[in-house]
Amino acid sequence: MAHYLLVRLGQAALVLLGIIVLTFLLTYLVPADPARMIAGQSATVETVARIRHELGLDQSLPVQFGRYLSHIVRGDLGRSYAQKVDVGELLRSRLPATVELMVAGILFELLIGLPAGVLAALRRNTWLDQVVMVGAFLGVSAPQFAVGLMLLYLVAFKLQILPLGGYGSVAHLILPAATLGIAGGGWYARVMRSSVVEVLTQDYVRTARAKGLPPSGVVLKHVLRNAALPVVTMVGLDFGTFMGGVVVVESVFGWPGVGQLAWQAIQIVDIPVIMGVVITSALAIVTGNLLADLVYPLLDPKIRYQ
Amino acid sequence: MKRMKSNFAVTRLRRPPQAWDRLKQNKVALAGVGVVVVVALVAILAPWLAPYDPAEQFAEGLSPAGEPFPPAARFWLGTDLLGRDLLSRLIYGARVSLLIGVVANGVALAIGTVLGGLAGYFQGWIGPVFMRCTDMMMAFPALLLAIALSAILRPSLWIVALVIALVNWVWIARVVYAQMLALSAREFVEAARALGVGPGRILSRHLFPHLLPTLLVWGTLGISTTVLFEAALSFLGVGVRPPTPSWGGIINESQSYFLSAPWLVAFPGAAILLTSLAFNLVGDGMRDALDPQMRGR
Repeated sequence: MAHYLLVRLGQAALVLLGIIVLTFLLTYLVPADPARMIAGQSATVETVARIRHELGLDQSLPVQFGRYLSHIVRGDLGRSYAQKVDVGELLRSRLPATVELMVAGILFELLIGLPAGVLAALRRNTWLDQVVMVGAFLGVSAPQFAVGLMLLYLVAFKLQILPLGGYGSVAHLILPAATLGIAGGGWYARVMRSSVVEVLTQDYVRTARAKGLPPSGVVLKHVLRNAALPVVTMVGLDFGTFMGGVVVVESVFGWPGVGQLAWQAIQIVDIPVIMGVVITSALAIVTGNLLADLVYPLLDPKIRYQ
Repeated sequence: MKRMKSNFAVTRLRRPPQAWDRLKQNKVALAGVGVVVVVALVAILAPWLAPYDPAEQFAEGLSPAGEPFPPAARFWLGTDLLGRDLLSRLIYGARVSLLIGVVANGVALAIGTVLGGLAGYFQGWIGPVFMRCTDMMMAFPALLLAIALSAILRPSLWIVALVIALVNWVWIARVVYAQMLALSAREFVEAARALGVGPGRILSRHLFPHLLPTLLVWGTLGISTTVLFEAALSFLGVGVRPPTPSWGGIINESQSYFLSAPWLVAFPGAAILLTSLAFNLVGDGMRDALDPQMRGR
């Protein structure tokens, strides 16, 4: 157990380091000049050179990278070029809104996906199964930004049940979370369905039935518990797929989270902020996967740490 | 001897039609094939199908107050904020979506097959290194990376396709890697090695054909994701640049006005949904057809 944990932690650290190196290289190779962006189009060559020197951009790549890495290890993500504020501070002020949105989105997709998948599996090859599966495909194939805009139009503008974008109350959260959850719900429905179908053919389910357990008891105690296992890994991976969706959804709903921060930073090539967001979300993804791997054996006694 | 040979020929011939027959019985997948064919035809025949020039700004395409028109007889799907015909723009937009879908996904498929295939065949230290590299790519917030790249590179159609491919190859590589691990342990590979066949020939002649069904399924499913990906980039304004009409781009241009002109979001959104859905249904149908054990799973 301790050995497995150490190996997995080492792997996670390696993955994170790789992402930092890769992102840093990408921002270094970018043709845009941050010093010119800060100084503005009308600035003199001397001003641009001075800013470049202040930011340390005139130093060699290894020196720049070494300095960046030594700061990161101490938890210092640098300062935003545009806003003259610590990136860590910017992230801290934006993260709660994004975490709120992600958690609500994951809840939403579980609420749609899991019951739909279980229902389809229990009524396999009936019209209900077909309807659920076509619905799942629709959810997976729908462009999130169009779904978000149409929800805004229908629910918030026409029916006037919920607010037209913005941030604050639970009512503000429902539409963006639903937009995030619709696509994921489709995936969960499909995975849950095939997982339940798989478990239903197992010997222990037949045994449970044979010993006279009522059907609802079989489903609740034996089928669902085992079929839910792949979902744990999926929730871990969700943090990754959601980071992209969050940029789109936050832009549609004017949600003041990390996605908006990243989007604004990208447009003005505010490299420290871009790096900060990429590293934060990579950290979230790696942690999510790690937790899923660690929780998995606790739920499934058949699996042991290697 | 002669007889055995003819028997062999019969069994060899029968297998591919079986998969095709199964696909033909799957009505949902066939509907998907139909939509894919229609979208492809629309893209190819755009100049003949579009009622107007997609870039032409009609004076009569806007109301006296400067507002776009909803669907009506003159402009079937209405007009956009510049008085251009929405139907014509949607028809031309199919070109961008399909072209990027096919090219970006083709490149991703090629990268994924080569990297995953080589890592799975040679194994040794390459396997773990490959797995950590894909771990890293999977922990990379993909859309964020693509947005950053294309915002900075001032995208053309081809750069957008390349960016999407660079972000998407990793899933295919993982699937190919897993299959290759299983395949290269099989007896026929060992037999080929024992006969002195070189790795290049084993890979291309003996192993690659076994990967084809997987590549076909993933290639089709991947187009669906790629179409959505391109649409999201264009929606954020970092995809294909105007005036080239793209479905995501049309929604981006209309976003500020969509409460008064919802058709400018609904129609392009429906086009994206339909195209992506069709490739999903075809890919899923092919998976069922090629692997009967997966049926109903």
